[in-house]
Amino acid sequence: MSTETNAAVGPVEGASLYDVDHPAPIIEPPRQRTRKTPKSTRGNFELAAWLFMRLSGVVLVVLVIGHLLIQLVLDGGVSKIGFAFVAGRWASPFWQVWDLAMLWLAMLHGSNGLRTVINDYAERAGTRLWLKGLLYTATVFTILLGTLVIFTFDPNIR
Amino acid sequence: MATPVLDKPAQDATASHLITITLRVRRFLPEVSDEVTWEDFALEIDPKERVLDALHKVKWEMDGTLTFRRSCAHGICGSDAMRINGRNRLACKTLIKDINPEKPITVEPIKGLAVLKDLVVDMEPFFQAYRDVMPFLVTKGNEPTRERLQSAEDRERFDDTTKCILCAACTSSCPVFWNDGQYFGPAAIVNAHRFIFDSRDEAGEQRLEILNDKDGVWRCRTTFNCTDACPRGIEVTKAIAEVKKALITRRY
Repeated sequence: MSTETNAAVGPVEGASLYDVDHPAPIIEPPRQRTRKTPKSTRGNFELAAWLFMRLSGVVLVVLVIGHLLIQLVLDGGVSKIGFAFVAGRWASPFWQVWDLAMLWLAMLHGSNGLRTVINDYAERAGTRLWLKGLLYTATVFTILLGTLVIFTFDPNIR
Repeated sequence: MATPVLDKPAQDATASHLITITLRVRRFLPEVSDEVTWEDFALEIDPKERVLDALHKVKWEMDGTLTFRRSCAHGICGSDAMRINGRNRLACKTLIKDINPEKPITVEPIKGLAVLKDLVVDMEPFFQAYRDVMPFLVTKGNEPTRERLQSAEDRERFDDTTKCILCAACTSSCPVFWNDGQYFGPAAIVNAHRFIFDSRDEAGEQRLEILNDKDGVWRCRTTFNCTDACPRGIEVTKAIAEVKKALITRRY
């Protein structure tokens, strides 16, 4: 409607669309707090998520730096990596647990981080719903697939 | 020798310490246009004056339509928080000489709240968040016949957060608040902190439960914008961290 009226006002008239009785619209910030703001989201989910980020972050530092050292630096570096190398490592339950822990923690840590980014930046409820739906689907898929591979890995596969 | 008394010295002595500054004000006049524009005002002013004095000079001598809030003009009432040179400050506590008067001084309304006119914003969402944390003493039982006594150490515990003047400089500097007005914002959390850690108050648990909300303390990203913005020097981010810590230690 505003574009229509804008086009209708010729440069000759030059009069403003707005006056004291018809002030310009005020631009409201996204999702303002009002008296009716939904108050109760009881439960400690956000607290748990916050704590999880800190704790998993500390553990991930050890896991990921260890992983990178083994894979890329020590003992010949990246050139040694092949099917045989992975098969040899996953023969030991220690490395299976290491990789499993890394997979779960990194995926949950990363997707929780992205969840907060979506919460902070997506303004419309619909956008949030879709972005989070996509995020959770991708997370669950990756975690399940990774876990399946670690547990059902067969070194004799052709 | 510049003297703070303006009337006494001769004309040229007074004029000699005046400098020319450009005040670049972000203006929104809903009764004229829906567009927000920058307007420059060139004025002569003593560099030891405050930004508020420059705004007064513009309003009283150049353009009476310039609109801004101020009450006490001495950094106590918290009415004139605005974004000066890209930082949230009180116009009445910012001296011209401290903000590089050689360049144009930009003055904007604080962000994250609806602009009503020029530098005046709608503070209602901000005060709604403040009301939501119950910023008053809650006690049980009979009223004592004398004052509620408190040790000096107990008073010291929340001393920092009693200094808040509710100017909204912290909340409107918070990037989380800019994007999502549902977040309580630093000022509301600071005022909750003031009562949560008050030994005389008995609703600390209730306030913590309110701030345990999806839009409560856990949305803080510790960017420290609030601590930088606070004109009273309150360690806002530290206060928020203390509320987080209280929540974690009370639950586990």
